[in-house]
Amino acid sequence: MATLTVSPAPHFQSPVTTRHLMNDVLIALSPAVLVSLLFYGWNALMLLAVSVATCLLCEFLIERYLRHREVPSYSATILTGVLLALNLPPAASWWIAFIGGIAAIAIAKMCFGGLGQNIFNPAIFGRVFLLVSFPVAMTTWAAPAGWLGVDAFSGATPLAAVSEGLRQGIPASQIIAEGGLSGWKALFAMAGGSVGEISALALIAGFVYLLVRRVIRPTIPLTILGTVALLTTIFWLINPDKFTGPVFNLLSGGLLLGAIFMATDYVTSPMTTVGMIIYGVIIGVMTVLIRYFGAYPEGVSFAILIANMTVPLLNKYCKPKRFAA
Amino acid sequence: MKLKTFKMGGVHPAENKLSRDVAIETFPLPKKVAISMAQHLGAPATPVVQKGDTVKVGQVIGAPTGFVSGFVHSSVSGTVTAVEPRADIAGNMVMHVCIDVEGDEYAEGINTTDRVERDIKGTAEQLLEKIKAAGIVGMGGATFPTHIKLCPPKDKKAEYLIINGAECEPYVTADDRLMREHPHEVVLGARIMAKVLGVESIVIAVEENKPEAYDALCDASLRYVGIEVIQMKKKYPQGGEKQLIDAVTGRRVPSGGLPIDTGCVVQNVATSYAVYQAVQKNRPLTERIMTVTGQCLEQPRNFRVRIGTPISEILAAVGGLPEDAVKVVSGGPMMGKAVANLEATTQKGSSCLLLLTAAQTARTPESVCISCGKCSQACPMGLEPWRLNRLGRAGNTDALEENKIYDCIECGCCQSTCPAHIPLLDIVRSSKADVMKIIRARAQK
Repeated sequence: MATLTVSPAPHFQSPVTTRHLMNDVLIALSPAVLVSLLFYGWNALMLLAVSVATCLLCEFLIERYLRHREVPSYSATILTGVLLALNLPPAASWWIAFIGGIAAIAIAKMCFGGLGQNIFNPAIFGRVFLLVSFPVAMTTWAAPAGWLGVDAFSGATPLAAVSEGLRQGIPASQIIAEGGLSGWKALFAMAGGSVGEISALALIAGFVYLLVRRVIRPTIPLTILGTVALLTTIFWLINPDKFTGPVFNLLSGGLLLGAIFMATDYVTSPMTTVGMIIYGVIIGVMTVLIRYFGAYPEGVSFAILIANMTVPLLNKYCKPKRFAA
Repeated sequence: MKLKTFKMGGVHPAENKLSRDVAIETFPLPKKVAISMAQHLGAPATPVVQKGDTVKVGQVIGAPTGFVSGFVHSSVSGTVTAVEPRADIAGNMVMHVCIDVEGDEYAEGINTTDRVERDIKGTAEQLLEKIKAAGIVGMGGATFPTHIKLCPPKDKKAEYLIINGAECEPYVTADDRLMREHPHEVVLGARIMAKVLGVESIVIAVEENKPEAYDALCDASLRYVGIEVIQMKKKYPQGGEKQLIDAVTGRRVPSGGLPIDTGCVVQNVATSYAVYQAVQKNRPLTERIMTVTGQCLEQPRNFRVRIGTPISEILAAVGGLPEDAVKVVSGGPMMGKAVANLEATTQKGSSCLLLLTAAQTARTPESVCISCGKCSQACPMGLEPWRLNRLGRAGNTDALEENKIYDCIECGCCQSTCPAHIPLLDIVRSSKADVMKIIRARAQK
């Protein structure tokens, strides 16, 4: 007689696994990776390779020899490595990526218990770790030669340039006009910055892909971008000389990269719609405050790290609406 | 037109309605049947026949034990060979009446013709008595005795009778075929139940993936007032009572409440058909429509099967259990029960036999929760399965109760969407049982 399997319903599992989801995010990042390779060439490729390899090695060693289990998802680790590399200056040396990878995986992820347990987004933690440890290396924006042969963007990032200009008392609009720093240029890969920040268009293409594949919901990115747009518009209307406008802020720096790919990390973001909105507003407000009034020209990373800390509370207090009272 | 649906959660599993275009065939008379005394929710019926008795089709062989219970009838004519406990589909030992089939003789007074009898005669009480005497239960799978649902408490008034033709489970097509081939009987059954309840409005709700059934029911209900046939969006678990009421009326059954609290009574289309047979044809519930399906079968089928037919005999009729089938599910893939014993027999609630291969039903080891929140988004009751999973594993019954684990309808949406393959419903189901035990014990104090 045949042997039958007897197990409780439901009788099938989701065809979409964690690996598929992470791979989808990697696919969504591929336009941004491609554009950065075209513009920053071999050095960008080297940063990606070192970062990913370091993350994989760290995770593998710690899971295998300290926790005695298999790595739950190599895709998630690769994703952290790619995101970290996209957050580095294009001309950074290999050891920046190496140390960043160790910080991201060994400190931010494995110390908390590995996949699913970390409080902070590992890639962002890695970037901020590098930023406070090696401020000079992390803010040197000399661009290496790209595969397109375009001698692109040496010098400061648009945000840094504005920050520096304002300190010297030059009106914001004048800095942007004189420096050719218009935010619209970032849309088509013409402004400097971290490896992955180069083209807003490539990041938005990835965003669309993630939405179509239902990997993420639009709530978090749209709340962040909406909050930033609203706040910067208000400040800009109050004093256009001192404050940069919404288009410039939305399209420059790591805002899109952060809002689309970093703030939406499942593990470190809330699960309910209300929680997501509060979380998005926190990131938006912190980003604007740091950019306008902080010591750093760029605030997205810090904003996300701060918001990450509120996630356990948001999950606790923002319960989904029940079917019935 | 915007199609109706329930507002919260839900999933879209692959439809796999393989047998939707296969007409209902009458399954050959089995040689032996074993009829369970526990085919309804509530207390098992008490056998009223003994070994050696001869019985006819439609003769009572089990009488209700207590209030929530029901009659059981012989589905065949022949000689009772045993009245003994046997393993049912789930492997539980339950009293069965075993009958060797001889001929096919119906009990007196049963009308076996196919003519549609339209005149509904008798008072509400008489109709209800007939429904009760026919042993009719909720045939969507819950098997709650129908006559109890048709007499709500005096202080509650039914406004709507909702006939459930959602059939949102993948694979199952028994209701679809029934609605397409017997729409008049379904509509008349609904009218009978409406008369019993004293309600003016009947809503027959069908999902959009069954356009032929929708058309047939529209045609069949044209000549009557007070019957509305509506199409709903395709979404699981639309056929769940609470979800269906939400979809049709926008009302929500309160936590711990009953459908009647919203003024609604929900009955399945197959129940409606059985009510028609009982009242208009004097024919007790002795057979039902059953889908036999699965990708591993050459030809999925829809059968009209006598209740008590051994599963092994049904499988033999479709070419035997395929080599690659490792699981036989009674019901659909979302909520059906795995069959533990092929010698077990069909029951009033058996809507489908689904054969699954190892690849289709594999359970891969669970990975870690990455807090994607897909389970929460899928939950039609607005619960947080990921949290219930954690609390359940920790045995924290207080917190489980705070998080309303008792609202879970066990539809399986959470587990079927989990990308980490965490057996969420396994944990929630057993934790819910623990919490319910505590709640009941507290109520008794």
